[in-house]
Amino acid sequence: MRKLLLYLIIITTGVVFIGRLFYLQIYNTSFAALSEDNAIKVLYDYPQRGAIYDRNGKLLVTNQPSYDVMVIPRELKPFDTLEFCSILKITKEKLNKQLKKARIYSPRVPSVVIPQLTKDEYAYLQEKMRKFDGFYIQKRSLRDYHTENAANVLGYIAEVNDGLIKKDPYYLSGDLIGMQGVEKQYENELRGIKGIKRIQKDRFNRDIGPYKNGKYDTLPVNGKDLTITIDEELQAYGQKLMVNKRGGIVALDPSTGEILTLITAPNYKPELLVGRKRSPNYTRLHYDSISRPLFDRGVKGEYPPGSPFKAITALIALQEGVVDQRESFFCSHGFRYGKKAKLGCHAHASPLSMIPGIAQSCNAYFANVYLRSINKFDTPQEGIDNWVKHVKSFGLGNYLGNDLSSGSKGLVPNSNYYNRKYNYPKYKWYSTATISNAIGQGEISATPIQLANMTAAIANRGYFYTPHIIKAVDGQPIDIENFTKPKYTTIDKEHFEPVIEGMHQVYVQGTANALQIKDIEICGKTGTAENFTIINGKRTQLTDHSVFVAFAPKDNPKIALTVFIENGYWGSRYAGKIASLMIEKYIKGTISRTDLEDWVLTHSLEEEYAKPYSGEPFKINQ
Amino acid sequence: MSRSTVGTIDWLTVLLFLLLVGFGWLNIYSASYGDEQFSITDLSKPYIKQLYWIGLSVVIIVITQAIETKFYERFAGLIYVISLVSLLGLFLFGKNVNGATSWYSFGPVGLQPSEFAKAATALAIAKFLSDMQTNINRINHQLRAFLIIALPALFIIPQPDPGSALVYAAFFFPLYREGLAAMYLIIGASAAALFILTLLFSPLWVVLGIALAMTLLLIKNRKQKPKYSRYLLAIIVITGFCFSVNYIFNNVFEQRHRDRFNIVLGKEVDSRGIGYNTNQSQIAIGSGGWVGKGWKEGTQTKGGFVPEQHTDYIFSTVGEEWGFLGATTVVILFVGLLIRLLYLAERQKTQFSRVYGYSVVGILFIHFVINVGMVTGLLPTVGIPLPFFSYGGSGLWGFTLLLFIFIKLDANRVNEW
Repeated sequence: MRKLLLYLIIITTGVVFIGRLFYLQIYNTSFAALSEDNAIKVLYDYPQRGAIYDRNGKLLVTNQPSYDVMVIPRELKPFDTLEFCSILKITKEKLNKQLKKARIYSPRVPSVVIPQLTKDEYAYLQEKMRKFDGFYIQKRSLRDYHTENAANVLGYIAEVNDGLIKKDPYYLSGDLIGMQGVEKQYENELRGIKGIKRIQKDRFNRDIGPYKNGKYDTLPVNGKDLTITIDEELQAYGQKLMVNKRGGIVALDPSTGEILTLITAPNYKPELLVGRKRSPNYTRLHYDSISRPLFDRGVKGEYPPGSPFKAITALIALQEGVVDQRESFFCSHGFRYGKKAKLGCHAHASPLSMIPGIAQSCNAYFANVYLRSINKFDTPQEGIDNWVKHVKSFGLGNYLGNDLSSGSKGLVPNSNYYNRKYNYPKYKWYSTATISNAIGQGEISATPIQLANMTAAIANRGYFYTPHIIKAVDGQPIDIENFTKPKYTTIDKEHFEPVIEGMHQVYVQGTANALQIKDIEICGKTGTAENFTIINGKRTQLTDHSVFVAFAPKDNPKIALTVFIENGYWGSRYAGKIASLMIEKYIKGTISRTDLEDWVLTHSLEEEYAKPYSGEPFKINQ
Repeated sequence: MSRSTVGTIDWLTVLLFLLLVGFGWLNIYSASYGDEQFSITDLSKPYIKQLYWIGLSVVIIVITQAIETKFYERFAGLIYVISLVSLLGLFLFGKNVNGATSWYSFGPVGLQPSEFAKAATALAIAKFLSDMQTNINRINHQLRAFLIIALPALFIIPQPDPGSALVYAAFFFPLYREGLAAMYLIIGASAAALFILTLLFSPLWVVLGIALAMTLLLIKNRKQKPKYSRYLLAIIVITGFCFSVNYIFNNVFEQRHRDRFNIVLGKEVDSRGIGYNTNQSQIAIGSGGWVGKGWKEGTQTKGGFVPEQHTDYIFSTVGEEWGFLGATTVVILFVGLLIRLLYLAERQKTQFSRVYGYSVVGILFIHFVINVGMVTGLLPTVGIPLPFFSYGGSGLWGFTLLLFIFIKLDANRVNEW
């Protein structure tokens, strides 16, 4: 039996297969009839890509029809190339190149010859199409923008490239796919599912109706409509304020983590990246390496956070119990921590306790409390790592885990970083070597969205929601745990009150006292961040970045934002003014201080930005 | 190669091999040529590449015949370990083709180590079973044999290439031949039956049905003092199995796997076009009639309607262009080869050679059953090649190596001891 079993199985299998072949090939004649010059044309029915709305239901993006000229190389017959080229306004070389490419891709599968014709071009071509065997027209939809703003948020769509086609079989030559921003991040929701129609042809290549009565056909499923968290009006206003400046504005709703605005300047109109003009426009934007309009400064720009970071320094010191809010520190135009080492400060009253310390942004105060927080531990390594733990709980030094298609980590230096930098254990280093951290200078860096999130965490007294751009899909509010569950910082709730009061005093009597808004209690913090660039191989200091973080109202905050103006000099000069206007616009809807608005609209920093490229010596901080 | 060895080579097997490879190539040519001129240097065409693969497999044949028989036995373990390492290496250096990381890429040539792992595993299991110490009816030896077989399969599954891993079921045949208890056969067959029943009906109904049947059996046999605890245990095991099958099917399988099963089981009306491949392949075969449309005349084949026709679906080209006669001939060639090999395996004087021979038969048989079953619409879609027939260098070499090691072992049987 053991010897025979396999013989039996093999022979049985052979008999079954021969029986099956007999059934398929001889007994059942329907297959033969089906394949009588069976030829099936596959047509794709492209669904409407989902529309995008802003948080107030304003329509931002819809679709417009566009037409691709497709070719199936093996169905080509000789044709009048001259006429064809003149209709489509292309050169003969271009046509030949495209046809060759299509033939290499596949002689049987359609390829795109000319993508994205307009309606008019299509109308003209449509009449002549019958002359050109092997070509046909595929309808698709392109994006139609109802806004001139938020191009960096929305992203754009473009034809899939060969790499993507290979990676995901859903996409075919000529298909469109989201390449950046919301379009990329929510591609699967927006694109829908294309329908497939199989048309049976007879042996004269004529359509004779759906293959198998449409048994294998599928209907297209339309893409889902998205509602994003952006407030288009606020976004537009912010972009207007940012004209002739470089930098970013990120505004969040601290109670939900929704991104109200995400502005980068300079920017471009989204409609520039639609259809056939996308490619040259993109190239132009991409190669503008000086103002870099495609670089989303709000999420990718890493800058030293500057003085706004002092709020965190204060919170950590309170949490570690190394200071209480009544203790005052002297400041003699700075803080001396070595024979020749001094952290400078501007002129103000002295000594200061915590609340006026924040209001006046006194460097000496924060240097003192910072060193105490670190020196509490036996070694500076332990001290720094404990400090890093607190800082990172505010979402700094790592990707936020948001749903934007790009981002940067920023940097929060830990003990490993300093050990490497100072070549430990060969050389020792002490807490004073890291003292710039106290005031947000030195190695530490953060993106504007990280700072906005940090501000939101302060506004909420100890927790934040991960910033996100998606609000609803097809009208259904999102239910993504990462975005709906608060993330707690390592600082206890009670420590926030003095810091928030200090940030409020910034407006009442401190560095931003000229920027108050009637009836709104704002809390904010100015920042003036030193920065350097390399000109002809020499490290050169540029005019300081102007930074401002704020939230309002003080109790029950509705908006938390960061304004970052490259080379805008001191914090309240540009960033503070813009932040104040943005808050008023969002909360009140109108601007009462038109003189302030005019000042921002009429002032340009272009001259400042030209300095490093002028090739001549220049002065900074003027 | 000594003269005596050449004289003892089983030329019938070699002839069957040559017929299959040659006929296979004709069909690959038909399935993949376009309108172009035949040019031996045009490496972009599968049928040209396959010619080179066939040429290189001659080199493999010569090498396998030149190596001493003892080598295979002595180094079986080492070869096995090397092939395991090459499978593991894929996770680090593998190249992703069509979503599966099954390939090493050497410039234009790709190598698929899973195709060679079969031969290596066959050698290893032959070596293990032929060891004097091994007793296949001892549990820990069964476990070890199982481990030898399962390891390569486990490394292949996550590539992901579950089809190639399925082939390792073939090693059941040599184990059974060498005395593995028939109980395993019964358990295996029952598990397969339960699997299909569970998918057809809900697990609850299956369990209830079996419990009812068992209860009836118990009542009928109650006078013989049945062992109730065993019945209970059986019910528990079956319940666990059915529900875990249900769970795995719904939660571990991907939708495309589920679709393939459901379509073959007739559970799901194929309205989404998932069975398109198989449907097209059946049309191609069905349209062949008695004698087919003639070589290179297949309209389905030329129309390019059957996806992957020159690889996994090559048998549909045979059916269309050579008709019932051609397709039946191929089936008979395969059955003939398998029976001849089985006969050769039985006449071996050493256990090593016999186990290896049975492994070869098992592996070729599983490939044959699954592939032809899939192409003719009898089995769910599982992408594995038809031995010697399908396009692909690694596949052809793997099967050639597997077969000709056995031919060498067989040729040398008289010289041993």
